[in-house]
Amino acid sequence: MPIYRSHVLVCGGTGCASSGSNEVMDTFKEEISSLGLEEEVLVVPTGCHGMCEMGPIVVVYPEGTFYCRVTPEDVKEIAEEHLYKGRVVERLLYQAEEAPSIPNYKEIPFYGKQERVALSNCGYINPDNIEEYIARDGYAGLAKVLTEMKPEDVIEEIKTSGLRGRGGGGFPTGLKWSFCARAQGDLKYIICNADEGDPGAFMDRSILEGDPHTVLEGMLIGAYAMGASEGYIYCRAEYPLAIKRLKNAIKQAEEYGLMGEDIMGSGFSLHLHVKEGAGAFVCGEETALMASIEGRRGMPRPRPPFPANKGLWDKPTNINNVETWANVPHIIRRGGSWFASMGTEKSKGTKVFALTGKVNHTGLVEVPMGITLREIVFDIGGGILNGKKFKAVQIGGPSGGCLTEEHLDLPVSYESLAEVGAIMGSGGLVVMDEDNCMIDVAKFFLEFTQKESCGKCSPCREGTKQMLLLLNKISDGNGTMEDLQTLEDLARMVKDMSLCGLGQTAPNPILTTLRYFRDEYVAHIKDKKCFAGVCTKLVSYTIDPEKCKKCGLCAKNCPVNCISGDRQTPYFIDQEACIKCGNCYEKCPFGAIDKE
Amino acid sequence: MANKIKNLSDLRKIKESCADLTSTRTTDNKTIVIGMGTCGIAAGAREIMNEVINELQKRGISDVAVQTTGCIGMCQREPLLDVIIPGKERITYGNVSKEDVQRIIAEHVVNGRIVQDLAIGRAD
Repeated sequence: MPIYRSHVLVCGGTGCASSGSNEVMDTFKEEISSLGLEEEVLVVPTGCHGMCEMGPIVVVYPEGTFYCRVTPEDVKEIAEEHLYKGRVVERLLYQAEEAPSIPNYKEIPFYGKQERVALSNCGYINPDNIEEYIARDGYAGLAKVLTEMKPEDVIEEIKTSGLRGRGGGGFPTGLKWSFCARAQGDLKYIICNADEGDPGAFMDRSILEGDPHTVLEGMLIGAYAMGASEGYIYCRAEYPLAIKRLKNAIKQAEEYGLMGEDIMGSGFSLHLHVKEGAGAFVCGEETALMASIEGRRGMPRPRPPFPANKGLWDKPTNINNVETWANVPHIIRRGGSWFASMGTEKSKGTKVFALTGKVNHTGLVEVPMGITLREIVFDIGGGILNGKKFKAVQIGGPSGGCLTEEHLDLPVSYESLAEVGAIMGSGGLVVMDEDNCMIDVAKFFLEFTQKESCGKCSPCREGTKQMLLLLNKISDGNGTMEDLQTLEDLARMVKDMSLCGLGQTAPNPILTTLRYFRDEYVAHIKDKKCFAGVCTKLVSYTIDPEKCKKCGLCAKNCPVNCISGDRQTPYFIDQEACIKCGNCYEKCPFGAIDKE
Repeated sequence: MANKIKNLSDLRKIKESCADLTSTRTTDNKTIVIGMGTCGIAAGAREIMNEVINELQKRGISDVAVQTTGCIGMCQREPLLDVIIPGKERITYGNVSKEDVQRIIAEHVVNGRIVQDLAIGRAD
């Protein structure tokens, strides 16, 4: 095997691919061959590095130089200067606020506080090459359980690790496995839940795209522990790249005898299939997911019976989320107590979060449990965009809750988040600043859950609809204090009475905003005011005739021509015709337009 | 078609044969740095670098990173070659020839003994 003195790692995750990383990779190959370096420099497509807003990301080893926002036009310069002459291209380095520029991957503050377990190979290996995974100790965990461990030892090791379901529920994984292992049946199934549907969440996608083999190895280990011989990966069809890489990974594992019949000569067999979801959010709920695999309409059913006893096609079944499976090989390789050494008393290990919203560095981060929200938002995320004021963080997607500044020092764990009304969820973290209206935020998430409600049980079907109508009424300025009470009662009712997790958690955004931002609701109702200026019906724009320089920019940019005036008379907005788009407010160079 | 992995030693064999695949991607390896400014290239630094890679490959050494760097100002002593071993001083060799490469790798990189007659400088 030839040694390449330098490896150019080009991110091929969905984020970077959409900002043009495929062209960057092709250009690299062309430039490298035109410089005659093809035998010295290897170009490797990788999975996500997490810093998606800086993409396309290119990392050059052995130096570990981290280039951001690389365009095909920049490639020639990197190839000639860095690869040929060894001179780092300064202008493409990561720019920190204080330091001039940071060349090295490890020194970037975004990565400083991270602890990468599930993501350890993401952005480091070529996900389409099983040999790179094996070179990084891949499948050593599988080999260990097949040669040295009995199934019950494996379950004990997982119990020792304290690993809990990363899909949001937080159920202890070892315990879950022991239920399925104990269940009687000639055929058992294991399922990987990759139906990641929360708005703004992309943890599972990045793991599947960046390191599909780690998920396969986790499932193999689980199947051995529970005695399962068939498995499904239920991946949403909106993730074409993840599906392609998964299928390729399964094919390679089969070729190497790491999947299929008689794996590594141990007599243990597992067949894995990829099932593409059809786009329903509710199919992330385990019983609905199984119905969908069986070819029926994806709707949940009451539990018990639990899937461990009666799951897919009524056979004992175990379902875990992508990130949970991805942690398993690391636990087996390095031991349950190693994993348990990270995190808090009841929440062990690390958690991957998708950091989005009004934060400087959006992207994917993996942090030890027990880290504070402040560290995630300010140290890793680099603080709020444009130096604005932090207002809230929405954690756990549409099932989660909004937390305020007073919660910033809360250590993140399953228990601590539940105490304050939010949930860990799958790991979406949306940061909000002073320009976000909390009623609008609640509305956004409720619109989503209302649309995605499958309609089987009335509390969720009718309740989400009525709650949304009430929220709309309040944001339109027509709400009453009585509505607020109704909204709260309804939210509690839906939470208590819905059949599945979708309905049980859908009111969380409302309940937490009511709890922590009640004054904002009251302002909408009593004063007919939206402080953030988001609820358009409550906003009005007026031009201060004293400040108006009569330039006419506002009138030119008004899409409905409701601003009149000329060089002699100050401009004036016709309140009846104004659609409150805010164009004039943004365009006025003299700050003469008031927004209330 | 790949060879099927039938037991643990098969997996280990594949792991060993694949070790080179990702070994370049660590930043705390031993490192050989070759000056590749215009002066270095003119003095034959590319041939020196190729010789370094060949020599490493011949010896089956995969934990040494080969880097290039720009001109450091000692153009008259090009080709320049630095050896960095973590925790030790950085040693610079000057006027390196192809034959010198073999000696530097055998004595310094593998056995940790600085090749005194070729060394022209040291830094932390």
